[in-house]
Amino acid sequence: MNKIIITSLISLMLATNVSAGTDGENKLPKKNSGEVKDCFESVNRATFKFNQVLDGVIFEPVAKGYRKLPSPIRNGTGNVLENLSSLITVPNNILQGEFQKAGINTGRFAINTTVGILGIFDVAKKMNFPEYQKEDYGQTFGAWGIGAGCYLVLPVLGPSTVRDTAGSFVNVLGGDPWYNASANGNNHYLSDSDYMVTKVLSGIDFRAKNIDSIENLEKNSIDFYASVRSLYLQDRQKKIANSNALTDTQNDSDWEEIETQ
Amino acid sequence: MRLKKFLIFIFVIINFFGINQSYSMAPDVFVQSTVNRASEALNNKYSKEEKIEKLKQIASETVDINGIGYYTLGAYRKTINENEINQYEKLFEQYFLKSFSSRLAEYSNPEIEVVSKKELNENYTMVSSILAGTEQRPEVKIDWRIYTKNPEKPLIRDLIIEGLSLARTQKEEFSSIIQSNDGDINALFSTLKEFIK
Repeated sequence: MNKIIITSLISLMLATNVSAGTDGENKLPKKNSGEVKDCFESVNRATFKFNQVLDGVIFEPVAKGYRKLPSPIRNGTGNVLENLSSLITVPNNILQGEFQKAGINTGRFAINTTVGILGIFDVAKKMNFPEYQKEDYGQTFGAWGIGAGCYLVLPVLGPSTVRDTAGSFVNVLGGDPWYNASANGNNHYLSDSDYMVTKVLSGIDFRAKNIDSIENLEKNSIDFYASVRSLYLQDRQKKIANSNALTDTQNDSDWEEIETQ
Repeated sequence: MRLKKFLIFIFVIINFFGINQSYSMAPDVFVQSTVNRASEALNNKYSKEEKIEKLKQIASETVDINGIGYYTLGAYRKTINENEINQYEKLFEQYFLKSFSSRLAEYSNPEIEVVSKKELNENYTMVSSILAGTEQRPEVKIDWRIYTKNPEKPLIRDLIIEGLSLARTQKEEFSSIIQSNDGDINALFSTLKEFIK
């Protein structure tokens, strides 16, 4: 399995002639700052509608029910899921040359898994660890300079790009230690259903945290599909740039020529 | 005597600058005062309709609606004629006020605290703030792009929520509508009219 990953990664790197930055400061390459094409817009719009129906029938009602649970239960669940995501974040920190962050996130995972009882309590936060930032293989590909490719809407999973979808495949090809230990592992304690439960819970947790904003956005959009596409792509751009500096992710040039005073 | 004249001179100078400063408003103070006005408008003692009217009034005074309208139109603003621009300005204002006020009217007593500001250039300052979390949603970072060309009348041009620009989202939404109608600006006008109804 490792051979497959290494071969895939090497071929991706060779195909795009990129190299990973090692200065700990990955800026979004210029060529990624351009528009992402919606090459399959009609199919994407159809899938988007399908997802909306599915959301209305299943995810939204479940998320609303989940939101009624006492907040300690929701917070604990959110913490466990975030702690598990460290297992993907750490290898991606390393692949992006961010060794210091990899060390911090490994420490966070160790403390929260042990003292924080399997991640239920975010003890590391109380110990003033830096704010946690998730990383995934799609972000790593972006940081390496691989373009986003076309915009995609995946059934059930929602907005993505060709690059981000490829990144998700790396998880099930051995890049996610939690997947390896549960769905793909040979042990008596975990099974693939554990992996599926955490993935479904992650979706519900995200949906529950964003019920109001999604509803608000849908109600006040004149093209909801285009709004979601824009927000997804902006979010990915920001995450790949690994920057909280607004000026790095906002293109100011168009504002400059508008004068109303 | 000389000392007395000197003190009077100093007094006049201080007052002069004091008066001048009172006309200009620091962008972070402007945002905090706007947020406080909006919070008051969102007080539950008002009905939803009253809240919307109050928010529209605040937006008319503090947001550069025309500027956002031009930005939102993107490259198309250079290709449409003057009549179309005039029609667009009117439609956009109504669209913006309705969309803006109904987005905000859903919140009740939001607590927003301004935390810092960063001057980008003489025309723009970014003001950072935090919307306090509640039982139902986490804390949210909101940044405000303030147009400061006229320091006496700063205006809001964009809200950036957790790094996502509302103006850019709106611009891409408008562009999508025009593009999917073979570049016909009238398709956008029809959609805006439908929304305003």
